[in-house]
This record gives sequence, C-alpha cells and structure tokens, in this order.
Amino acid sequence: MAALLSAPSTPVASDRARVGSLRLAARNGGALVVRSEAKVSGGVSARGANLITHAVAEKAAAASSTDSKPGHELLLFEALREGLDEEMERDPTVCVMGEDVGHYGGSYKVTKGLATKYGDLRVLDTPIAENSFTGMGIGSAMTGLRPVVEGMNMGFLLLAYNQISNNCGMLHYTSGGQFKIPIVIRGPGGVGRQLGAEHSQRLESYFQSIPGLQMVACSTPYNAKGLMKAAIRSENPVVLFEHVLLYNLKERIPDEEYVLSLEEAEMVRPGEHVTILTYSRMRYHVMQAAKTLVNKGYDPEVIDIRSLKPFDLYTIGNSIKKTHRVLIVEECMRTGGIGASLRSAIIDNFWDYLDAPILCLSSQDVPTPYAGTLENWTVVQPEQIVAAVEQLCK
Amino acid sequence: MVSLYYIKCFLIRITKGPRKFLNKIKAIHSDGSSHAVALLTSPSFSPPPLLYPLHFLLSLLLQNLSNSFPFSTSLAPLSLYLEFVPMAAFSAVKIPPPQFTTVRSSSQRPGSSPFQSVHSSSAFNSISFGSAKSVRSRPLFAVSSDVVSSDKTKAASSSASIPAVTREVALELYEDMVLGRAFEDMCAQMYYRGKMFGFVHLYNGQEAVSTGFIKLLNQSDKVVSTYRDHVHALSKGVPSREVMAELFGKATGCCRGQGGSMHMFSAAHNLLGGFAFIGEGIPVATGAAFSAKYHHEVLKQSKPEGLDVTLAFFGDGTCNNGQFFECLNMAQLWKLPIIFVVENNLWAIGMSHLRATSDPEIWKKGPAFGMPGVHVDGMDVLKVREVAQEAIARARRGEGPTLVECETYRFRGHSLADPDELRKPDEKAHYASRDPIVALKKYIIEHGLASESELKSIDKKIDDVVEDAVEFADSSPLPPRSQLLENVFADPKGFGIGPDGKYRCEDPLFTQGTAQV
Repeated sequence: MAALLSAPSTPVASDRARVGSLRLAARNGGALVVRSEAKVSGGVSARGANLITHAVAEKAAAASSTDSKPGHELLLFEALREGLDEEMERDPTVCVMGEDVGHYGGSYKVTKGLATKYGDLRVLDTPIAENSFTGMGIGSAMTGLRPVVEGMNMGFLLLAYNQISNNCGMLHYTSGGQFKIPIVIRGPGGVGRQLGAEHSQRLESYFQSIPGLQMVACSTPYNAKGLMKAAIRSENPVVLFEHVLLYNLKERIPDEEYVLSLEEAEMVRPGEHVTILTYSRMRYHVMQAAKTLVNKGYDPEVIDIRSLKPFDLYTIGNSIKKTHRVLIVEECMRTGGIGASLRSAIIDNFWDYLDAPILCLSSQDVPTPYAGTLENWTVVQPEQIVAAVEQLCK
Repeated sequence: MVSLYYIKCFLIRITKGPRKFLNKIKAIHSDGSSHAVALLTSPSFSPPPLLYPLHFLLSLLLQNLSNSFPFSTSLAPLSLYLEFVPMAAFSAVKIPPPQFTTVRSSSQRPGSSPFQSVHSSSAFNSISFGSAKSVRSRPLFAVSSDVVSSDKTKAASSSASIPAVTREVALELYEDMVLGRAFEDMCAQMYYRGKMFGFVHLYNGQEAVSTGFIKLLNQSDKVVSTYRDHVHALSKGVPSREVMAELFGKATGCCRGQGGSMHMFSAAHNLLGGFAFIGEGIPVATGAAFSAKYHHEVLKQSKPEGLDVTLAFFGDGTCNNGQFFECLNMAQLWKLPIIFVVENNLWAIGMSHLRATSDPEIWKKGPAFGMPGVHVDGMDVLKVREVAQEAIARARRGEGPTLVECETYRFRGHSLADPDELRKPDEKAHYASRDPIVALKKYIIEHGLASESELKSIDKKIDDVVEDAVEFADSSPLPPRSQLLENVFADPKGFGIGPDGKYRCEDPLFTQGTAQV
C-alpha cells in the first residue's frame, strides 16, 4: 500500500467509469492508465462519453430539481431576503434582530422592506450591543420564538462569542434537553475589497469547536435561499456564513418553494482527477482555476462543502474514492481553519483511498492588510489552485 | 444658608466622627433633597442636644429651600452641598474604605421589630417621577443604619400595627425560606461527604430575596439566575428531589445530571437557568421578556393578568459588567416586562463591592437609563415582597423594567471552596443578627399569625423534605453512557452525514453513546 501511495500515480477514473470496476482492478491495469500531463492525448477521445466540454457545471446540474421551471432571476442578497420573507410569512414566531435591519433595511439590504411589512418588533433594530442582543435572541428562542440574529459584519459577532459559545451551543445540553435554541445567526464575513483587517475576518474557524452549533456557508443565490430557509426551520442553532463579495451574484432560481439540507454538500462540477473541496467565495476562485485546468487537460471535481460543521462525509468520501486526490481551498487562516479540520476528518475516514497528501490552500496567517496587492496575496488566488492541482496530479 | 449647612456638617463631623459624617452626607446627597428633608425633619433623626437650635434652624431653611425646587432625579439641588462634601470629607480626615458599607438600610435594634406597618406610598414615585413630597416615616431606600438607629419610638409603633401579610402568606414565606436554608445546609454536608463536586455556591442569608420575589410569580413567569441558583429553583417550584439529584449528578436531576449546581433549568417551572458566567443570564432574561412582549403584541396571545414577567437575579459584581448595562438600556428602550434584581451581598468572591465600583449605589443606575431604581432591605422578606409587588405589577401592565437593589448578605463563603478570609467577623455578625428567617419568625409570632409550635412543625416538615431529597438522589441511577450524545442537538441530524451516507444519529451506536461523531 505504501508503495502505491508514494509512486506518482495517475488518474484512472476513465476506466472505472467505463467498466465500473473497483479501484483495485483499475490500479493494476497499468496499460489502461491515462496520463494527465499537459496535453489531452488520443486517449481522451477514447473516453468519448466523458469528454469535458464545460469547466463550469450547468446551472441545470446544480438546480437539479428545477429543470422544467423557468424560475426568476435575482441577486444573492435578494435570495436571502426572499427566503427570510417566506419563512416570516409562514411562521409568525420568526423574527429578525440586528443593527440596522429594520428601517435601514440591513447594511447589505438583506432585510430591506421587511420592517414595513412585518413591523418594528418582528424586524428589530437593536442598539450596538452584540453580546446582549445575541443573548436576547437566545432567551427568546428558549421561550418560543425563532429569531434570526444578524451580525452587521461577522467579525462583530466576536463580541457575542460569550453568548454563542456558552448559551447558543451549550444550553440545550446543560438543560438536559429542556430548552431548544432554534436561532439563526447570520452575517457577511470573509475578505472583501480592502475593508481592513477587522472587517475581513473569517469566523468559521473560531466557531467550529463550539459543540451544539451547526455552521453553513452559502455561495450562490440558489443555496443562499435554500440554506436560509433550512436554517430557520431547523431546531438547532445554525450559523449562516455569507460573504461580502457574493451579495451581488445573479442567478435564476426556481419559483416554487425549496429547502436545502443543512448537512449536505453540493456537487458543483463532477470530475475524475482531483477532488477540490471549497466553500463560499473560494468556490469562484476554484471555478476560475478549473477553466484553466480543463484547458490543461485536467478534470477537477469541485465540491462546495456548504456545511462547515458537520462535514458531509458521504459526498466528500464518494468523491475521494473516485479521484484519490484532495485539494482543499478555503479562505480561512491556515492555523485551525476549516481546512485543517477537514483534512483530519478525511485522514480519519478515507486514508486508504488517498494517493497523494491532502493539499490545503488557505489564507496566510496574516491580519488582512488594507493595500489591495497585499490583500490579494493573503487569500488564495486561482493561479495557486492551478499549481496545486498540477502538483497533486503529478 | 449654604455656609450654615457647612458649619452644621462640620459640627456633626467633630461630634460624631468621620465615618458617621460620611454616612450622613452620602445618605443625604444620594437621594435628593426630598430625602434630606425627610431625614432632617423626621422624628427619628435626633442630633446631639448641643445642636438642637442649629438643627432646627437649618431644617427650616432646608425645607424652604427644597420646597422651591422642583423634585427630580437631577443633582441640581444637591450641588449646593455636594461641593462642600469633598472639602469637608477629605480636607482634614483620610476616609478609609468603610468596614461596613456606608449605605445600608435600617438595622434591627434589639427589641425592635424590623418589619413595620405597610405604608401605601410607592417606592417608585419619589425616585423616578419625583412627584411626592411625602415625608415618609421609614423610607425604603438608602438610609444609613446609624441615622435611623436612634428612633426610640419604633418598637412601640410597629408591634401594635396590623400585619403586612395574611397568615397563609406568612407561613408560605416562612416555609419557603426555611426550605432554602435547610436545603443549602444539606448541600454543604453532602459536599463535604463527597456526594457532589465542583463549584457549589450557597444562598444562606439571601433567602428573603428569592422568597420575596418568586413567591409572587405565576407559573408562566420566568426566572433567570446565576450560579447561586439552588434556592431560586426551589422557590420557583422545582422539587427539591430534582435539584438534589441534579447536584449529585444523577439521571433523575432536573437537567438529567448534565447541568450541575450552576445550571439549574426547568422548562416546566420556567426556570431559564443557572449560568456560570456572571452577567450571561441577563441577556437571556431580556430575551424572555422580549418574547413575552412579542407574544402579546405580535402573536396576540394575551393573558388577562397581563404580560408574563421575567426576573433576572444577579449580584453586585455583575453590575460592573457590560451585559448589565446593555440590557438595562434595551429593556427600558422597549419597555420589556423584566425586573432586574440585584442581590447586593457586598462581595464578589473576595472583591468588596466598594473596591470594585466607582459608585456603589446600584439602584441609582436604573434612573440613569430611565427606569425606576429601588433599594430595599434584602434581609427583610416583607419589604422585598412589597417592592416586588409593585415592580411586578408595573411590568405586567407593560410599563417597563425596574431595577431593584436588595441589600443582602451571604452567611457562607462565595462557594464551598472559598475560605472566606477577607470578610470581617463584625460585618458577618451584624448581618447574622438580621437573619431573615429569624426576623420573619419573630414577626409572625409577634403579630399572632402562628404559634411557635406551628413554625417548629414547618421546620420539621422541611427537614423531612430535604432528607427525602437526599435519599432520592442517593438512590437514583447515574446517567448511562447512552445519554452522552442525546441532547447535544435538538435535531440530532446536526451531527451530520457519515461516510456511509447515513446520518450519524442513525448509527445504532449513537444511542449507546459510543458512535463516532
């Protein structure tokens, strides 16, 4: 086994796809191996049915259940609002709390118009007291409401860490299951355009250890609305991570109601050669890199893990079993980030399926600088992703 | 006129000593000129005979002065003598931090009853709305014990008065306080016998606050507490069996053994915890109050008696914490039905309240946010109950929050691990003499509400209840391994999907507590 892993192995996905054989059989058939070097060789044409024509998955593939409906087009922040609006309409105990969510409509306009529709008590403008209004959300969740607490920027929720860790995550357990906390904590995080260090924080790594908490990250209007609805309907406390730079993404989403699963990952682009696991904004860097990779003859499988805690090990595992190579691309810091946890989860569960060490591209352990050039160098760029895939697939 | 007052102060100072002088000045300037008038003109205030003429003149002048000023919580009328206070207080004498707090309410003089007849004047009017010019014979707020101690007429007047409560209520209060005391004493015993572990914070001495407030609540009203929560749980109605079992860490505890001493929760009794970090429960209480208002206004689920009230109990140390102030603001802003009950026992573990707080009078922080702030003698359950009644009625009517500072004391250390070396024996003795249970017992007997033997039978009954609780806890099973993963998530799908495609909670090992999550 060790010899196999250390040898520069090549992807044999095509054989598996054709003959449906096990990993082991394919590995022994050295003659059938397709090299994944620079050019797409004649061996590719033999794969006929698996010829890759698109780097980016069809929208239809992503929105698999809605092929026949035209849907409507909107921006991501509007999708979030739609999800929130639908849930508030459906259940009168759903309420929103946060700074400037009411009259101002939300600093990113996610709650625009909701206060006029539902009133000042259901869309509550709070004073600037994150710890206390998050605790207030928890107290109201314990007593029958379903609050959605907005952090104007995810980083501000560091001030609410006390309440999120001690009460949000733990209260259900320490009360012996007597009180549930169906709260949603959401807000934009991530590195924006020169917002400075404190407005560019990635709190998913800080919150991931809190027991009793679920974390999801949205990346498209489709999954933003679906995850928002799922989070509100969930009986567990859920932290929904949005990204400052993704609010203006446009997509056509279905007209009919849909709710996504909080625990499932999303297959963005099926592939054969390498599994790229990513979430939030880095998904777009990965897809950009995927275009380059396809031109170079690689066939990356891109999975948006969406559920940061817990990980969807089924989707991830199936992918690893297929490709044997993993690249994690994230925006978190290298130390203690989501990628670090994902890496150890993969090693724990799928060690035997790996042909190469797991590569993890994360942001530098650097407070995000203001200067645009420096900021670009702290986060992962598509060129680095391409280089990493090339290294993995050598 | 002002200089006369200054001379009076100076004279008082040299006749009675620097500490008492500071007591008076603090008592006077903290409460507004109406109180100063009340103080100086009340029959209970007797200056030394030497100063009678001076005192008389000054009282007249001050009364005239104060009549022309509008009453308010602003300090404008006080500035006249406030500017002299520092000069007088600090010019000649170095004032060390007092042994006792300087602002403490009336003490019990031997032979005099601590409980007096109920007077109908509200504690709230004269503080926040400043309308009453009423001179009250016994103000409910900060008065130095020394100032009122010379009242010789108290004993005669109070014992002849009508009792403040009915027999049933008196016995209920007595029983609840005795339960609290007996339970906590038993906790200490059990701790030292190794039946419970960790941090255990006992409530001995503070029973009047818990009983005084919680016994006025309905089932649907909420209580939020701190780590010193056993007695709050008992007062709210959580059976002592369940509390004791929880302390022993047994599966039959109110939180299935998962919470412990500092995390008492009961959904059935609307006890929202039990929080280990101080101040942490105050936002949760604010949320519960918000929920009550929401249910009334948005969901239109109104009750005939009014809004559901939430009580947040916390200590003096918490009043320097940000969450306290943030929640005072929000509660008053939205007029939430919450009462902030400060159990000021002067000590936060080893930190004296006076060493930690720039302005130690916590009740004053209420008006700073626009809500009434009341100070009450927390060693006197009837006084607490009276204040609580008004505060709860206010909250139910939707008039908003109240800050109630209860002056109280814990007879034991901060926790069972606290050697309690910093508190002076005479301070402890002072408060031990004001034991709320002893005082209520005395009151009951003096007013003929019950006989000694009836009270003794209540004591015996409570002893049996506590013994039974211990037996129940002892014989209860420890939590099994299967309980380990059960309550982490309300929806156990939160543990996610395993490599085999099934949810982790569907793994048969999950219910055994050994599943990989």
